[in-house]
Amino acid sequence: MTEAVTIEARNAVKAFGQGDHVVRALDDVSIQIRKGEFFTLLGPSGCGKTTLLRLIAGFEMPTSGTILLDGADITDLPPNRRPVNTVFQSYALFPHLTVAENVGFGLTMQGRPKAEVKARVAEMLALVKLEAMAGRKTSQLSGGQQQRVALARALAPQPKVLLLDEPLSALDLKLRKEMQVELKRLQTETGITFIFVTHDQEEALTMSDRVGVMSAGKLQQVGSPKEIYTRPVNRFVASFIGETNFLPATVVAGGVRLSTGDVVEVATAAMGTVTLTVRPEQVRIVGAGEAGAISARVKFLVYFGTDTHCHLALADGTEVVARVQSPASGEAGIVEGSEIGIRFAPGAAQVLED
Amino acid sequence: MAERRFEISRIPGFATIAVATFVMLYLPIAALVTFSFNAGNSVAVWEGFSLHWYADAWNNQAVKDATARSLIIAVCAAVISTTVATLAAMGTTRRARFRGDTFIYVAINQPLMVPEIVTAVALMILFGMVKEATGYQGLGYLILAHSAFCIPFAYLPIRARLEGMDLSLETAAGDLYATPWQTFRHVTLPLLGPGILAGAMLAFVISLDDVIITEFVKSGGQDTLPTYMLGQLRRTMTPEVNAISTALLALTVVLLTIFFLLTRKRD
Ligand SMILES: Nc1ncnc2c1ncn2[C@@H]1O[C@H](COP(=O)(O)OP(=O)(O)OP(=O)(O)O)[C@@H](O)[C@H]1O
Ligand SMILES: [Mg+2]
Repeated sequence: MTEAVTIEARNAVKAFGQGDHVVRALDDVSIQIRKGEFFTLLGPSGCGKTTLLRLIAGFEMPTSGTILLDGADITDLPPNRRPVNTVFQSYALFPHLTVAENVGFGLTMQGRPKAEVKARVAEMLALVKLEAMAGRKTSQLSGGQQQRVALARALAPQPKVLLLDEPLSALDLKLRKEMQVELKRLQTETGITFIFVTHDQEEALTMSDRVGVMSAGKLQQVGSPKEIYTRPVNRFVASFIGETNFLPATVVAGGVRLSTGDVVEVATAAMGTVTLTVRPEQVRIVGAGEAGAISARVKFLVYFGTDTHCHLALADGTEVVARVQSPASGEAGIVEGSEIGIRFAPGAAQVLED
Repeated sequence: MAERRFEISRIPGFATIAVATFVMLYLPIAALVTFSFNAGNSVAVWEGFSLHWYADAWNNQAVKDATARSLIIAVCAAVISTTVATLAAMGTTRRARFRGDTFIYVAINQPLMVPEIVTAVALMILFGMVKEATGYQGLGYLILAHSAFCIPFAYLPIRARLEGMDLSLETAAGDLYATPWQTFRHVTLPLLGPGILAGAMLAFVISLDDVIITEFVKSGGQDTLPTYMLGQLRRTMTPEVNAISTALLALTVVLLTIFFLLTRKRD
């Protein structure tokens, strides 16, 4: 499958500061964003997400490396000559202009005819459902409405790529959920490539076609939400996305041997000491002493409504969390202090090299 | 729960001092305005109400000439100093801090720190040499001098406005295909507008009011309104001076009110 690449960064490095105080905000990042996809950059605060967006938008020059758009080198192009638009975290709406003038700003600056600007503004306002607000000043809008104006303004010139830097972080939870749906709809309807930044992993998993996980200026893994969740390439990705168990292990024939001596069947090319990771929902609780099960003791339970987290200790004290469906009332469940066995769902456990 | 804070109004004698201060501030002005309506020749003895000193001032050719000169100088000085101040404010706020930027700040505000009489003497000497060399005697010297000392007054409100401006607005304009010039024209300038207007107004008022530098720099027959009035003091004072002062006061109050409204109102 060959999919057209819209934006590409090649060995992008961005260093701030001089001498002893150099911060490598981006450390040799290479990434390809496909045409028309909803791509999310995910990572903890300060990992370089905004910096990567700013390089793509042209607000910042890479210290080294290149940025390509449809295969052409745009590294030295100023922002006003890149067909890339940004939705800013603070919205950055022009306070001296009306909603309609804000939305039409990009087209006006491009020198498009007045009639065309007017028609396109009307179309964009309809798209974000703000027709009634066209004549208002932006300060007279609610946070969610300002958000929509910012979106309409950035989409109006029909950019090849739309960059969104944590656009939802200023909204309350309910509005945030609404806007997530809205964003996804806009992306599908316009077919424009979206590069979306968030540090909310749930947001990343639910909205994206592909996710790039970043940490400390480096791209750790790129893949579909499912790949990222089920096949994390390293400890950072595994722990940043969702909850997981880490078990120290050594590679033996046909699998790995845990610190308890139990052998878990798993395919790996690694050698020596490794870490076995398995998600809590993939840990099955079975009867104590069942053949092939790893024996454990229930330390305590945390009730989450539909689920219950069982905190377990293996024979040598290694901690494991299992997530099980909460028993219906009256039904006997797992009790604290009881001896049980655990098994991992087939294919769920995964070896991470240390 | 009412917090126990230091309240200056609780100090004994607070009311007395406050009233005395206001009396000191406004009584002279009240007297000035009152006697501008005096029917008689005295600026000290009330002889009945009349508007004839205003009419006299209005019909006095010397006053008319001085007023015209004052206005020309003030308008030119306001325009020039505001333009320079806008550029200076852009230059000092639209960049990362650097070594020596405090020095530049001081340099721009030099007229606020050097005693005006020193500048006046210095300008008189320098312009004297230029007048000798070129033979030019026009209003240009006064306009130049006024423009220079008005710069800090125009600079301060513009800088304040710029510092309060969200830089991401300009980034956003650039992102939306505006060239740097278009960004300045369509985003920076409109947002800076109130600051620029306030700066220009302040510069205008300061120029209109200036005596010391004007007195030293002007050539013969180049009296502005304030230096004309100063000249009148050396002869017999009539309420005509009060009338002119009152008119100036009215103009200044109007301008400063607009200035206040502009600077107070955000966005
Ligand atoms: N202009 C700058 N000057 C110096 N250091 C900077 C600058 N911009 C970013 N950095 C540094 O680069 C690193 C990455 O910053 P960046 O803003 O890209 O992080 P981020 O992933 O967007 O974080 P957040 O989620 O908090 O927005 C940080 O350590 C930051 O301090
Ligand atoms: Mg950021």
